[in-house]
Amino acid sequence: MGLIRDLAVQGAQMVFVLLLAPLLLGVTRKLKARMLDRVGPPLFQPYRDLLKLVRKEVVIAENASWLFRVAPYVIFAATWVAAALVPTFATGLQFSWTADLIAITALLATARFFLALAGMDIGTAFGGIGASREMLFASLAEPAMIMMVFVVALVAGSTQLSWVANFMLTHASLRVSLGMALVALVIVALAENARIPVDNPATHLELTMVHEAMVLEYSGRHLAVIELAAALKLLLYVSLIACVFVPWGLAPPRSGFLPLVIGAVTYIGKISVGAFLLVFFETSIAKMRVFRVPELLGAALMLGFLGTLLLFVSRSF
Amino acid sequence: MPVVVALGSVAVLILVAVAALFLVARPAFATRFVYGAAGLVALVLMVTALAALLGRVDISGEIVLPVGLPWVGAHFRIDPLSAFFLVVIDLGAAAASLYALGYGAHETQPERVLPFFPAFLAGMNLVILAADAFSFLVAWEFMSLASWALVMAHHQAEENRRAGFVYLVMASFGTLMLLLAFGLMAGPDGVYAFAEMRHRVHADWLPGLVLLLALLGAGSKAGLVPLHVWLPLAHPAAPSHVSALMSGVMTKVALYGFVRIVFDLVGDPVWWWSAVVMALGALTAVVGVLHAILERDFKRLLAYSTVENIGIVFIGLGLALAFAANEMAAPAALALTAALFHALNHSLFKGLMFFGAGAVLTATGERDIEKLGGLIHRLPVTAVVVLGGAMAISALPPLNGFVSEWMIFQAILLSPDLPQWALKLMVPAVGAALAFSAALAGACFVRAYGVAFLGRPRSTAAAGAHEVDRFSLVAMGLLLGLCLMAGVVPGLVIDAVSSVAVQVVGHDMPPQPLWPTLSIVPVSEGRSSYSGMLVLVFIAMSSGLAAWAIHRFASKALRRGPAWDCGFPDASPVTQYTADSFAMPIRRVFGPVAFRSHIERRMPPPGDPSPAQLKVVKHDLSWEILYAPISGRVARLAERLNTLQFLSIRSYLTLVFAALVGLLVVVAIWA
Repeated sequence: MGLIRDLAVQGAQMVFVLLLAPLLLGVTRKLKARMLDRVGPPLFQPYRDLLKLVRKEVVIAENASWLFRVAPYVIFAATWVAAALVPTFATGLQFSWTADLIAITALLATARFFLALAGMDIGTAFGGIGASREMLFASLAEPAMIMMVFVVALVAGSTQLSWVANFMLTHASLRVSLGMALVALVIVALAENARIPVDNPATHLELTMVHEAMVLEYSGRHLAVIELAAALKLLLYVSLIACVFVPWGLAPPRSGFLPLVIGAVTYIGKISVGAFLLVFFETSIAKMRVFRVPELLGAALMLGFLGTLLLFVSRSF
Repeated sequence: MPVVVALGSVAVLILVAVAALFLVARPAFATRFVYGAAGLVALVLMVTALAALLGRVDISGEIVLPVGLPWVGAHFRIDPLSAFFLVVIDLGAAAASLYALGYGAHETQPERVLPFFPAFLAGMNLVILAADAFSFLVAWEFMSLASWALVMAHHQAEENRRAGFVYLVMASFGTLMLLLAFGLMAGPDGVYAFAEMRHRVHADWLPGLVLLLALLGAGSKAGLVPLHVWLPLAHPAAPSHVSALMSGVMTKVALYGFVRIVFDLVGDPVWWWSAVVMALGALTAVVGVLHAILERDFKRLLAYSTVENIGIVFIGLGLALAFAANEMAAPAALALTAALFHALNHSLFKGLMFFGAGAVLTATGERDIEKLGGLIHRLPVTAVVVLGGAMAISALPPLNGFVSEWMIFQAILLSPDLPQWALKLMVPAVGAALAFSAALAGACFVRAYGVAFLGRPRSTAAAGAHEVDRFSLVAMGLLLGLCLMAGVVPGLVIDAVSSVAVQVVGHDMPPQPLWPTLSIVPVSEGRSSYSGMLVLVFIAMSSGLAAWAIHRFASKALRRGPAWDCGFPDASPVTQYTADSFAMPIRRVFGPVAFRSHIERRMPPPGDPSPAQLKVVKHDLSWEILYAPISGRVARLAERLNTLQFLSIRSYLTLVFAALVGLLVVVAIWA
């Protein structure tokens, strides 16, 4: 019985993140438009876009290889599996022992690997420029993320995300190192999700774009799958920040129905606040020059590193 | 007794090498015979060693042959440590032989490769089997010389001759350092057999010195920065199956030498050793991958990536030393297992990648990735296996490279308990370096694969390439299968090396739960676990589900048209992103520090119609700081001493007499 409930929670979580991800995108777009005094698209526009895309015919370049057609599904699957392992409304995820926080980072790296390769498959200049820049950013964002993981793991004594969330829930305390890790994670999240100041999700001005340049050749259902994966990734990062740094409201393992509902409601609240903060930050800052981004990510790496160092010096920081 | 089988197999390898000398008149037959025989012998050796490693056969007992030093003889034995490395070596050797059954047919001068290939295998196996210092060093030198001959197989090219020379110098240097290390450990009474050497009591200063000598000796063979300079020259110069052996396997022999000396023979470790080993490992990992990412030559890129992976293994070994020095046996076992696991992984995926580079070379005649492109259409099977190898080497789940790096990260997370402050401050930096090099490795192989296999062909050779022969494909597929297996059921590997961990650090990792979870648990359930199998199943299921749902409920229509490229597609393949332009942002960000790189622009004055020029200046710092001054001094000294060649007979006699008197004086003072 317990196993069935755990499986149900895990399954519900997977479906939940998949359904919720485009909404988060819609909310950020709407909020952003409101902040700029525009009306903005309807909240559910991302769903409509996805639906429209999957119904359309796919046009691919003559020399596209099988990798180009397979990559969207691999990217989507890796991102979805990673997103399914981040606790959203309940901690006791059945499969959380499958992959810990380091493995989640690596799953996102797998998605990125295929995205960059897909960008290079057609052999156009845009795909290459996007892939090249994406890998440059990743070369700093990934170690920053690992350093953030180190901080969290040293504080909680585990790299298992469910375990970490439980620990944070029960032993919450203000720590310098966690503060540094939070800032590092926020910077990494901005970079990984191609948000301002690293990349502009709304732009189609080719020379400044990274993510959009890689997926330039995609259309129809392939593009839909990639867009959905990108939305999932944004939700993943927001959930990650929420479950590690503001774990309150998460339903503990083996809890009844009511805590699960409370968990779900607080989770919606948390990601709404996250979306608002993201939009507020994005509207109040300008996009960076590409070669300033490594400095920003380097700062994230340094913060994560300092946090880890502090914890190596003393567990009480 | 497995050691008898192993020695017999080595003898067969040497016989094959001798037979190859007589068979060169019939190259086609000789190729099949040599690689077939070498492959079979390697397979026998591997199975024997695997049985020994898993404890299925009795490995006690030593063989003493009446050759070698008088009163010492040549000792040979197999213990878990050597059994593990024998498995790694002969697995790589068997795969390389299988690959060479196809690849070797393209060799223009088989007589320069065939006799040395089995000799090289024999040398590597003998190093592992040796149980006394003399046999070890003789085998080591035999291995070096055989591989040198293979590096010089294509000696017509100027750069290969230079590679051979640099390799010979560095190999001699390395052997000399090992000779000194063994000499110090053997002491004045000459205890050369390992069994007795292990129990000698040393002066306080001696073990530290032995560690440094072992780092110089074994490290130069393995490719530790700054002793790596020969490696990216020599490994690519050899034929590709030999490159695979040198990069994937011979570096493991060097690792074995280091582990044997430092963990086994010299006695209990001291904490500062680990600091030296870890610092060198981190430096090696970062420098290696930064070089790799800027390299255009496919095989040199792989050689630099070997440098990186050796750095990762040394990080693991350094952590194991740190824990062992502080008597934290369980974390030491974790770090050591991770290091050995990564060594095994590297031998698998680096062999695979070099085979892939060889396949590309056969198909196109090109090693410069800038002249390739679009090979995924021309070499469909090679493209798949190389993609798998690139994923494994970039440490992506669910393949094997990720598992070993994940285990090293887990070991790092246990290190705040180390009592020494220097280590506490250092380990986080080492962890950052490891994460950094893993991320850069991903970028490096996206670049290599993307430029060589994807996009459009940049040369006629790439446009007209054909898939390679079956033997090569099977060899590559086999290695990819092993990569996948080691990534999906890592528990098997961890359990297999537990006897090695017990022997080397006196503890092993907890037995890994095989069923029902197939996950690996390095410390405890709550702390961390990872299940490659489930990750694979989940990814396969969710991508399958997504593909099925979309194809079932949405449009299946597909049309091919010209590339979109923002409305301005250019038919010329030169408009693609090149390897250099892909690496440019990374060079610009990290180059000024790592290579003191800068760009020289030459603008013609107004009115001058000559083109403007742009040149990237990049310095190999370890070469310029360390090697150039030394080789410059040696050259100047040789120039000076040159006059000695042209003296009169009287002067020579005077010199001989003076030398004699000088030596006598030294002897008189000594006594």
